[in-house]
Amino acid sequence: MSEVERRRPLSPHLQVYRPMLTMMMSIAHRITGAALYVGALLLVYYLVAAANGPASFATAAWLFGSIIGQIILFGFTWALFHHLLGGIRHAIWDTGYGMDHPAREYLAQATAIGGIALTVIVWAIAYMMR
Amino acid sequence: MANDPGSLRTALGRVRFLGSAKSGTHHAWHMRVTSVALVPLTILFVWIVASLAGQDYNAVRGMFADRFMPATVMILFIATSAYHMMLGMQTIIEDYVHDEPIKTWSIMGNLLFSILVGFAGLFAVLKLSLT
Repeated sequence: MSEVERRRPLSPHLQVYRPMLTMMMSIAHRITGAALYVGALLLVYYLVAAANGPASFATAAWLFGSIIGQIILFGFTWALFHHLLGGIRHAIWDTGYGMDHPAREYLAQATAIGGIALTVIVWAIAYMMR
Repeated sequence: MANDPGSLRTALGRVRFLGSAKSGTHHAWHMRVTSVALVPLTILFVWIVASLAGQDYNAVRGMFADRFMPATVMILFIATSAYHMMLGMQTIIEDYVHDEPIKTWSIMGNLLFSILVGFAGLFAVLKLSLT
């Protein structure tokens, strides 16, 4: 590479920006997406265990019913809802709406609060249905 | 695509007039189609999982005997999710992995992992539902 090319400016990366809510939500969207990627193994494990028979299902049910299992599933639920709402937010932006400052702040807050609220509501309902 | 140090050609000159990669919007479009499909599917999926939570083996088998809900919904959710997560992880790899061989292997591994997860889930649901 020539000296001229080496000194060409690079686009500034994350660390030069002041942290903002919309930026945090963007990062959280990617992190929850990656977490769900790994979390898909939990779903497949549960289904394969159930398809395998009562013995392997009992092991899976015990694992998911344990304290650690429940905490992981709670985190999985939050990641799923956060990513779902983040996806809806991106779909709204894709149509061209909600790009101005108050709207995008509102959408970011709605994603953050909505993800937590839906997680708590679903777990409360699931516990009540038992 | 390393630039030959002895070459006088610029980076722009090497790629100019070669045309586009011809598949620029394919990835982004499929990401959006699967996203839209996953909105109702995820809501139904959460409903299914909440109903399955804490159920014993016979109850779970009994529920999966219903061909539409949960079985068909679960199959659609797993297939769409597997494709969606393959596209998403490929974007993450392309953003952060710059070494060409590692990037190629990572994208291949991502594809194989997503196919494995998808088909394992699909076969399990089919077995639960049909046997």
